[in-house]
This record gives sequence, structure tokens and C-alpha cells, in this order.
Amino acid sequence: MTDATETLDGAAAVDAPGLLPGLWRDGLLIALAWGVAAVVTVSLPDVVPWGGGDLFAAITGVGALTFVVLAFAAHRLGRAGEILIHYGPWLIAIGVWLALWELITAKTGWLPKPFFSPPHGLLNVYVNDGQRLLICIGYTLRLWALGFLSGIVVGYAVGVALGWSKRFAYWGMPLLKLIGPVPATAWIPCTFYFFPTTFGASIFIVALASGIPVAILTASGVGSVNRAYYDVGRILGADSRYLIRRVAIPAAMPHVFVGLFMALYYSFAVLVVAEMLGAKYGLGWYIQFQTAYSGYANVYAALLIMAVLCAGIIRLLFVARDRLLKWQQGFI
Amino acid sequence: MSDAVFAEQAVADQAVADRAVAAPAPHAGAGMAVEIRKVSHHFRLSGKSLPVLEGIDFSVAPGEFVALLGPSGCGKSTLLRLIAGLEPPSAGAIVADSEPVNRPDPSRNLVFQDPTLFPWATVWRNVATGLEARGLLKQHRARVDDALALVELGGFADAYPHQLSGGMAQRASLARALVNDPSLLLLDEPLGKLDSLTRMTLQVELVRLWQRNGFTALLVTHDVEEALLLASRVIVFSERPARIKAEFRFDEPYPRHRDDPGLIDLRRRILGTLGLAT
Repeated sequence: MTDATETLDGAAAVDAPGLLPGLWRDGLLIALAWGVAAVVTVSLPDVVPWGGGDLFAAITGVGALTFVVLAFAAHRLGRAGEILIHYGPWLIAIGVWLALWELITAKTGWLPKPFFSPPHGLLNVYVNDGQRLLICIGYTLRLWALGFLSGIVVGYAVGVALGWSKRFAYWGMPLLKLIGPVPATAWIPCTFYFFPTTFGASIFIVALASGIPVAILTASGVGSVNRAYYDVGRILGADSRYLIRRVAIPAAMPHVFVGLFMALYYSFAVLVVAEMLGAKYGLGWYIQFQTAYSGYANVYAALLIMAVLCAGIIRLLFVARDRLLKWQQGFI
Repeated sequence: MSDAVFAEQAVADQAVADRAVAAPAPHAGAGMAVEIRKVSHHFRLSGKSLPVLEGIDFSVAPGEFVALLGPSGCGKSTLLRLIAGLEPPSAGAIVADSEPVNRPDPSRNLVFQDPTLFPWATVWRNVATGLEARGLLKQHRARVDDALALVELGGFADAYPHQLSGGMAQRASLARALVNDPSLLLLDEPLGKLDSLTRMTLQVELVRLWQRNGFTALLVTHDVEEALLLASRVIVFSERPARIKAEFRFDEPYPRHRDDPGLIDLRRRILGTLGLAT
């Protein structure tokens, strides 16, 4: 068992097999790094008080103790253990980073308040403003989901039409090329006029940001399908409908996914802007509100949430892609 | 009409019958008669007209196996595309079973040099394409399995094209054509990119499938030996623009052997017309 995991993971291969078989050495290093972070947090005073220091030290301290246990147990945990061992070096780095971060912000004041926040400052925000942040996450996800989904659906349909129909491409392509590079913020005056609610306008901005890359990539995907596939289809008795559904669309799928990944990043980037339009909640709104009051710790806390949300959704998109583009395996 | 029913019955019968027996064509006469009437064709290349075919005129009897031989790039493949109905000829007409060809049809099936399998679909789905496109798949799912068994790919139904070797992919592409029971099979150098061993195996396979199904076959190749192993008539084309240069009959029974003296002699004569005699 250990042999397999060791060869799979170079970082874990440094176990001393003669000394303590089954010991996960990285686990002890993680415990050490996290323990240092905890000790630094409680033993040194904050230059300017932040609050939340004790809780942070407790969490990292308990984390350190847990990794001491895991260092002896990880090899017996099967698949979960393998994943843990794989991310071992990262967990060490996180512990070291937390300790350093504490030192250069709260403990020495090199990066001073209010522009920078130590990790326990962020934790303090999550504890004290958690309720409001949860509501903001809900609002942001609703806006993002509505905007992104409607954007990619329309973008995909437009892309297929542009790639398939010469006439559609004649009129549509120049327009798309013109609209594409315009930053989403530039549409705010028009959207205010055309949309009855600011929520509708916000959705439109997110939809536009996600729809354009999907449309462009889908069009290029459909347009670059090997002509021989169409010949094959026609010889086998396929009509245009069949050729679009069963040849053009699946053949363009890899391109469509590139467009979706781009759409995801763009949509997250414009969320903050979209929530400028009179939103009452939402992470973007929260970030602007806190910036105005120099609540930078709150800003970082919200940014961290957005980053985690974005990474989570990208992970989901990867899973979807690997499933839908199974046929490409060996090419990817 | 009755041909189609007949053909289907034959496939079902054959699935039961022992495939190893080199039975005579179970429904001889299913082949299509093809007439190429004074066909000329040119491409437009950057505003200029490039003649490809010039006054091609010949006919093919139902069930015949004819090889079209010529230097590479002479326009043989273009002729197959015209017969398949993918493009109309610039001049002249192509008549299949007394009907003018003006669009593609599954009864005239073309197998390309590249397998051109849809990479996003499994082998089974690929072979099923023709039936599915015509809305026949629901009633005739068994035909897909039969076609796969016929080309010995029964175990690879769920594989994706990238998992197949070149020879297997070309077999799958043959099955994709044969599942539609074509009465004319157009073969555009189907073995051109395969290694020589796979090539020899598939040459034997092609003869077996042709004898079994009784379709008319038109094979484009630049391999004289291949033409003589498979075809009963070899039409030699000139350089582009292609004209018919010579025609040879070869009525040796199958299976043929590449060291047959008659074949070797004819091979020398054909190479002579191509200006390659030693």
C-alpha cells in the first residue's frame, strides 16, 4: 500500500522506512508549521488590536494536533489518505505562510492596518459579519447564476448560428467583433435605460460578459469542423438538421468549453461592477461598501470568498468537461 | 425497393449462416449499374479554371468490381466525389440505375482514405450514423451489430475512434458504409494509409465483402497490384486533366495471389501504360 502511494507521490517518498514504517513525515512538518502559526499568534501581541487572535490560534493549534495524529494514520486512510498525502507540501506551505503573514502584519506592523489584515483579522470578519456575508453570497450566486446561464445559452445559440450560416455570419460577425472588446461597464447607461429594474440590468451585464466569449468560441468551433465530416454525413443521408445536431455541435464542443472557461472568469470579474447598479446585497456590493469605509479586512474576506466560489465552479466545469469530452481523452 | 427488403433479409440470414464459408453472393444482382457519360470537371482556383477530368466515359455493370488507377492527384478521387453526388460535374452526366445522380444517397456509399469516424461518437454510434440520420435506427439496431460483426469489430462497439488502430478504424468506416446496404461502394484509396500487413488482410476482406453482398465496387488506387488483386477491370487514367488511357480486363477467379503469372504479366503491361515499365 505504502509503496504504491510513495511512487505516486514524489514528495512522500522521503519517508524513512527503516525508522518508523507508515509514518507520513510531511504530516509532522504540517503540524510543526501550523503549530508555529498558532504560537506566533498567541505569544506575540498585536501592534494594533484586531480581535479574533485567540480563535485563530485555537483553530491552527487544533489543526496542528490533528496533523500529528494524521502523520501516523494517513497511510491507513485509503483514498482520502492518498489525497491528503498528495497535498502535504501545500499544507506545509500554508502553515508557513500563515505564520509569516501573522508576523509581517499584526505582530510587526510592517504591512500596517487598515491596508493589510492578518489572517485572524479575516477570521474576525467571518465571525462578526458572517450573517451578512452569507446573505451576500446568496445574492451574488443568484445574480451570477442567472447572468451566466442566460449569457451562455444565448451566446451558444448565437455561436452555432454564426458558425453554421454564412448569411448570419455576414451580418453577425462584424457586430460581435465590435461589441466583444467593449468593457461591460460601458453598457451601464444603456442598461439603466432599457431595463426596468437594476437587478435586470445587473443580470444583463453578467450575461453579456459570459455570452460573448461563448459565442465567439462556439462560432469558431462550428466553423472549423473538418469538412469531411459533413461529406460523410451527407453521404449517409443526413439533412442539415442532423448535421448541425450530430456533427457541428459535438465537433465544436472542445471550443465551446474554452469559451465557457473564459466566460466564467469574465462573469466573476464583472460581478463587482454589476453589483454597483443599486444592489442592496452581494459580495461585489459588500466589497465596494467596505472599501468606502476603509474596511479592508472585510474587503479581503469577501475577495477570498469570491476566489473560493470561482475556483469551486471551475472545478465543477472541469468535471463536466471531462465527462462530456471523454472521447477526447488522449488528446487533452 | 424490393432490393432493399431483399438485402435486409440477406443480412439477417447471413448473421445466422457461418461467415467463414466463402458463399457466393447471397443476393447477386443487388449491385448498381453506373454510367459515366462524357464527364468533365474543373475546379476554380484563385479565379482560374483548373481542369481535372476530361471527357471521362465508361460504364460499370451491376456487381462489377472496377479499379481506377492513375498517377496521384490526377482526379480519380474527384470522379468518386462526383459519382457519390457530393458535387455536380461541370459537364456531362452520371447515371446510376437509370437515374441521374444529383445528390448524395446512402445507396452510393463512399469510403475515404481517412476513416473520418466521428471522434466524439463510439464505434457503434458511428456505424449507426446512416440509419439514425434516416430515422431507421429504432427498427434496425441489429443491423449495426451485424455490420460490426462482419468487419470483426464486435468487441469494440463501445470504443472511441482514438482507441482503434488504423486498420480497425478503416474497418469501422467500412462497416459504417455497409450497414446501409449500398448497391454501389466507392472506395477512395481506403487502404492507402495502412501498413502493408494490415493492407493485405483488408484486401482479402474487401473481396469477401464484395462477393458476399454483391454490390458494385469502384476502387480508386495507385497500387497496381491492389487493383489486380481486387478488380475484374482496371481503368488507367492519364495525368491531370484525367483522361482514360487504357482499360484491362482480368477475369482470374478469387482469391488471387500476387505471384500469379497472369497477374504479374498484366501488372507489367499496366505499369508500361503508366510509363513505369522497366
